Amino acid sequence: MPSNVIDRAASEMHLVDYRTSVQQLPTRNGFGEGLIEAGNRDANVLAICADLAESTRMEGFKKAHPAQYLEIGVAEQMLVAMAGGLAAAGKIPWIASYAMFNPGRSWEQVRTIMALNETNVKIAGAHAGVSVGPDGATHQAIEDIAIMRVIPKMFVVVPCDSVQTKKATLALSATFGPTYLRFAREKSAIITTEETPFEIGKAQIFREGNDVAIVACGILVYNALLAADELSREDGIECRVVNNHTVKPMDTAAVVDAAKHCGAVVTVEEHQTHAGMGSRVAEILVQHHPVPMEFIGVNDRFGQSGDPVELIEYYGMGSTAIKEAVRRAYKRKGKT
Amino acid sequence: MDAPGITALMSTLSSARLLELQERANAVRQGIIRALASAGSGHSAGSLDMADVFTALYGHVLRHDPAHPEMANRDRLLLSCGHIAPVRYSAMAMFGYFPESELLTLRKFGSRLQGHPERVSLPSVESTSGPLGEGLAQGVGMAQAAKMDAADWRVYVVTSDAEHQCGLHWEAVMTAAKFKLNNLICIIDRNFIQIDGSTEEIMPLEPLADKYRAFNWNVLECDGHDIAAIIETLEQAKAKTDMPTVIIARTIPGKGVSYMEDDYTWHGKPPNKEQAEVALRELSAERERILAHA
Repeated sequence: MPSNVIDRAASEMHLVDYRTSVQQLPTRNGFGEGLIEAGNRDANVLAICADLAESTRMEGFKKAHPAQYLEIGVAEQMLVAMAGGLAAAGKIPWIASYAMFNPGRSWEQVRTIMALNETNVKIAGAHAGVSVGPDGATHQAIEDIAIMRVIPKMFVVVPCDSVQTKKATLALSATFGPTYLRFAREKSAIITTEETPFEIGKAQIFREGNDVAIVACGILVYNALLAADELSREDGIECRVVNNHTVKPMDTAAVVDAAKHCGAVVTVEEHQTHAGMGSRVAEILVQHHPVPMEFIGVNDRFGQSGDPVELIEYYGMGSTAIKEAVRRAYKRKGKT
Repeated sequence: MDAPGITALMSTLSSARLLELQERANAVRQGIIRALASAGSGHSAGSLDMADVFTALYGHVLRHDPAHPEMANRDRLLLSCGHIAPVRYSAMAMFGYFPESELLTLRKFGSRLQGHPERVSLPSVESTSGPLGEGLAQGVGMAQAAKMDAADWRVYVVTSDAEHQCGLHWEAVMTAAKFKLNNLICIIDRNFIQIDGSTEEIMPLEPLADKYRAFNWNVLECDGHDIAAIIETLEQAKAKTDMPTVIIARTIPGKGVSYMEDDYTWHGKPPNKEQAEVALRELSAERERILAHA
């Protein structure tokens, strides 16, 4: 059962009592709310949409700030390039589509017009991950973190729930630079509160433990917390759970500290295990403090149609798979 | 096409002024040759053929101030086909943005004059360009920003003809019409060549003017080497109130250097030292002819 140590980390982060019951809302809702508030705070904040106002949750902004809203149709390269022009003239444009199409279709424009050109354009990548569900593989972006984190100067943020997505939207709106904010379609557990701190580039310890560190991002942070509690009950293995919401620039100190403190690391993300958040953790640890690592994510495959929870389980990202990875990492400790 | 005629212009552009601009265009061409020969790589044909358009823009049409290159209400000039950067750099040098000697740093390590323009190293180029088909799209964003801010500056985008083979360019054409961006002027370097040969053989663009008309643009055409006509056409474009304007400027690739003219193989290579000397001799002789008229 949870010890006092575990409760202290959750308490310091003002988390909800996720062990008993949680409210479920899509992370995209947090983006919609944050965007309206960002538009209230700064009239230069614009929203540009490529025919997906409702599903990317830009619709609320359209109603609240009609003069700051532009609709350009199904044209994702145009989305990036036009936003680059608006940003060069002092605007702060948020551009939204499904992550598969922006930045999936628009990568070269993102690299040249946003990053090389250093414009203050903000990408909202909606419907990321296999949890998009029934739409199937064409609409399930699971390579987007990889193609964004490789670009110099890019901020890449993957918040853990809708409350944090709102905070991330506001924080990124107020931070100059090209930005990628990734969020999901389905309802997911709300584990943070208004009081939970959020700072770009600062990872958060959501649960304390000495045996294995689980470094997670996005909606799977909740699965990581569930897995950690079950491991404590079933195996007596105590996990530190790190909400590693900023993939770039990653909190190197927090990652190294987790490895030093626990001696083994499991990364968890709804993305290809190749070249994603976990790979960045591995790059850091190989250089600074190598420890046994396991990677939870999609293993070099495409998604498919299905129920979101069913797909998360099928592709090995449920709490059972996370527990198995932790056990493997735990066994490898001290043997390498 | 609306064509109020050239008479209005002739009252504003004296023959002395026209000769002065022609002399400037000649200097721009000489700067291009020196820069390319110094670099040992780069794009000759398009750079030379846009010298008259860039001279008309920097010398007469644009609201700009080389001493204050980032002044808020400047007109924005974007070069979408970034590979002809030498013409822009040379024109900027001739009109006071930096010393002519800096042209010799083109494409060299540490230079502000990158092989393709970069806004971060040289802000007055307005956009980082080279990947084709992206300039008009950024111009649309800038023109829309000006509309939102009720600002009176304009956006000029110079494009190549071959980059009309890019899908994104047409997304921009469609978007500019939707937002009725009459503060946006697109100038096409219609030289009919690209790296692999003739545009009409590689991927036909004609009827180009009709395509723009069908996309609800105001379409104007002019001789891209007649500075008076270029200026007159730009003035007509500025007078349009309800739609964006495209100017199809007919040009001769390599214009001004006899052995380069109308030869597509000069699209993407520079003159060597001896070839540069020949080119500069020809251009100097042309300059003498211009000055003889003055």
